[in-house]
Amino acid sequence: MNIQFNLNGKPIAVECEAQETLAEVLRDRLNLTGTKVSCEVQVCGACTVLVDGLPVSSCTQLAYEVRDKSVLTIEGLERPDGALHPLQQAFIDEFAFQCGFCTPGMIMAAKALLDENSRPSHDDIIHHMDGNICRCTGYVSVIKAIQRAANEMAKEKRS
Amino acid sequence: MSTEKQKDFQVVNRSVPRRDGRAKVTGRATYVSDIKLIGMAYTKVLRSPYAHAKILSIDTSRAERRPGVYCVLTGNNLEGLNPYYGHAVKDHPLLAIDKVRYAGEPVAAVVAVDERTAFEALEFIDVNYQELKAVLTPKEAMEKDAPLLHEKKFQAGALRGFEGEVTAGQGSNVCQEHHLKWGDVEAAFKNAAAIVEGEYYFPMTYAYAMEAYVAIADVDDHGVTIYSSAQHPFMVRHDLKSVFNLPVSAVRLIVPFVGGGYGSKSYTKIEPLVAACSWKAKRPVKLQLTVEEAMLTTRSDDAFTWMRTAVDADGKIIARQARITMNTGAYAENSPLVVEKSTNRCVGPYAIPNVQIDNISFYTNTVPASSYRGFGCAQVTLPGESQIDELAAKIGKDPYEFRLMNAAKPGEEFFPKMRPFDGTLKEDLEIAAKALGWNEPLEKGSGRGVACSGSDAGAYPLTSTAIRVHADGSASLMTGSTELGQGSHTVLPQIAAEELGIPIDSVRVVSSDTAITPYDRSTGASRTTTLMGRAVMEASREAIQQMVRMAADVLKVKVEEIQVIRGGVRCGEAQLGWSEVISKYYALPDGEVIGRAYIRKDGDFAKLPVFWEVACTGVELSVDEETGKIQMEKLATVGDVGLAINPALAEGQDVGAATMGM
Repeated sequence: MNIQFNLNGKPIAVECEAQETLAEVLRDRLNLTGTKVSCEVQVCGACTVLVDGLPVSSCTQLAYEVRDKSVLTIEGLERPDGALHPLQQAFIDEFAFQCGFCTPGMIMAAKALLDENSRPSHDDIIHHMDGNICRCTGYVSVIKAIQRAANEMAKEKRS
Repeated sequence: MSTEKQKDFQVVNRSVPRRDGRAKVTGRATYVSDIKLIGMAYTKVLRSPYAHAKILSIDTSRAERRPGVYCVLTGNNLEGLNPYYGHAVKDHPLLAIDKVRYAGEPVAAVVAVDERTAFEALEFIDVNYQELKAVLTPKEAMEKDAPLLHEKKFQAGALRGFEGEVTAGQGSNVCQEHHLKWGDVEAAFKNAAAIVEGEYYFPMTYAYAMEAYVAIADVDDHGVTIYSSAQHPFMVRHDLKSVFNLPVSAVRLIVPFVGGGYGSKSYTKIEPLVAACSWKAKRPVKLQLTVEEAMLTTRSDDAFTWMRTAVDADGKIIARQARITMNTGAYAENSPLVVEKSTNRCVGPYAIPNVQIDNISFYTNTVPASSYRGFGCAQVTLPGESQIDELAAKIGKDPYEFRLMNAAKPGEEFFPKMRPFDGTLKEDLEIAAKALGWNEPLEKGSGRGVACSGSDAGAYPLTSTAIRVHADGSASLMTGSTELGQGSHTVLPQIAAEELGIPIDSVRVVSSDTAITPYDRSTGASRTTTLMGRAVMEASREAIQQMVRMAADVLKVKVEEIQVIRGGVRCGEAQLGWSEVISKYYALPDGEVIGRAYIRKDGDFAKLPVFWEVACTGVELSVDEETGKIQMEKLATVGDVGLAINPALAEGQDVGAATMGM
């Protein structure tokens, strides 16, 4: 089948089979390998992308379900001038990853949170990030990075 | 470790940002799972449903006839290969041959045009099994009439990593034995003021690296090329060289970014199988395991430990004795070394005058066990440290003070034949106790504890590196150390930049390609910063020596007249940066100097371990008395790392490890 959707701000049409997951279409057909696949049962969060702004596990979402919707992946996060999104920068500044395999999913999940709640509390962050597993780093620096990004984004807004 | 005297470091001992940061936050970092080769096929694995069974027949014809299937491999059609591999014991067939030894063992592999086609063909393979009695625990494995897992004698692997013999394959299910003895344990226990004795079980655990095992093999007339998520590409190369009977130079392992390892990706895993698939299918082949399949590939050794520890009237630990039986699963993998390490690590970081440890691991019909995070340490530290606490309680001493009293002292030869203790455990304990507020009052339902460990770390010291200094003064660092997330791509260029006196931005890392990067035994056992870092330091200094000679040639003076300054040389009024030295020497703004270093078991590393990895941890917990829910209130981890090349990365490693430990 041929499906059309908006991918990282641009319309796209892609051939895929009915049983293909969004993660497969992104990674195998569109070569957007920033979205990682780990558990394949929707518990680790590595494959998180945003569909119409909401975090979704792309490993268990069928690709055809996103037709006519907007999909944002980690590749769509940089600003047009090449500057990193405040979340991306904050993850670097806070050393919030090691192997980096969970990082794209972490950042996308965090973006969904900050889009909805620009000043999340410590507990808000813990609650929201519950679906993202990190095995290297632990979560302290991830929480700090999200708080830091929220502060940066608030500053940007004010200026 | 002793701390090098603080110098005016410019790059080292600073928390410079990760060099792989941008790649990893933008999704541009490449892992093996992201790689596609032109003409690449995919393979899926049929696994045994039985823990122990004879394979009477395998019929692959229905699967082979399916559209899109290139070929099907089984243990029956591997003629031309040496299908058994293993760095310690060559007991592991790349596909089951004649029998299966654990539920989940690979029995056949389908190579097809895509993953789904390969997967769907698996159910068209007809295997006839005759189920055999299985042994699942060491206790069952050591029974007199226990069925044997391995009937044949094994060839010992060349790279087992310890000096003792391999005991596997002597007509029993014993995989490996290790025994440690000094002093007179029996006499000491007779004279003890207090004794604690107990039995402990450390369960099977799985590391869950987010990236499951993945490899791509391309086997042709030229040799074997493999992209793999392996921690130790050079060790894997050694296994593949023997599977394919090729010279070392014909086997190339390339390891890009790895999505977590924690030891679970050390040594050879799926590479022989995927290489055999490529060899048979005559095209590149990719094998990406699922997480479920990864759990059927490796786990930690589970261990049954009986231990007793004795103390004298003054509160001095006078003896420790342990008997350990470990469950290595169906194949030895790295378990022989796990046995040795867990034996040694029973002693902990304490000076104990009488010690006797007897440790035997057994083959069982379970998933093969191997390395996982400080292997051998977790299995025995829980028993050891529990007994320290119980002994302290028995003699009415504070458990923290009791540890301080018995801690090995810097320079003390507390472990016969090994490197004298090089940690500062007393200070480490003080840091942990202070962070917890050791003597502050506790709320009801709360408790505090500290625990220590001492590990003979660093693995075998065999490491080499090269640094290429280019004519513009930038440098390419060639390292066989794998970036698993631990930060080697940041720490190693920090060392090179410091030594060469150049900005870190001008040092780029080329890593883990056995055809290009010099030999490094392994990435694990906390050895990279210590051994590869040392090699990078020496290689940079060797490059400088060469550039001094080149500068003397350029300036037409004697070598002795050249003085090294940061980033270049001086001779009288003349000052040349490395860029000018190289450009003027070659009379072209191009060309390079290659600095090299080789580390072996000699000099500072003549005595093992390479260093004692000393750690201590303190926790404060509270328990909800109604629900039993445990809440960690405080966690203090102290890693005795010496000079931290990058303090933020060192801290991150420690916090990450502690989090995994929870």
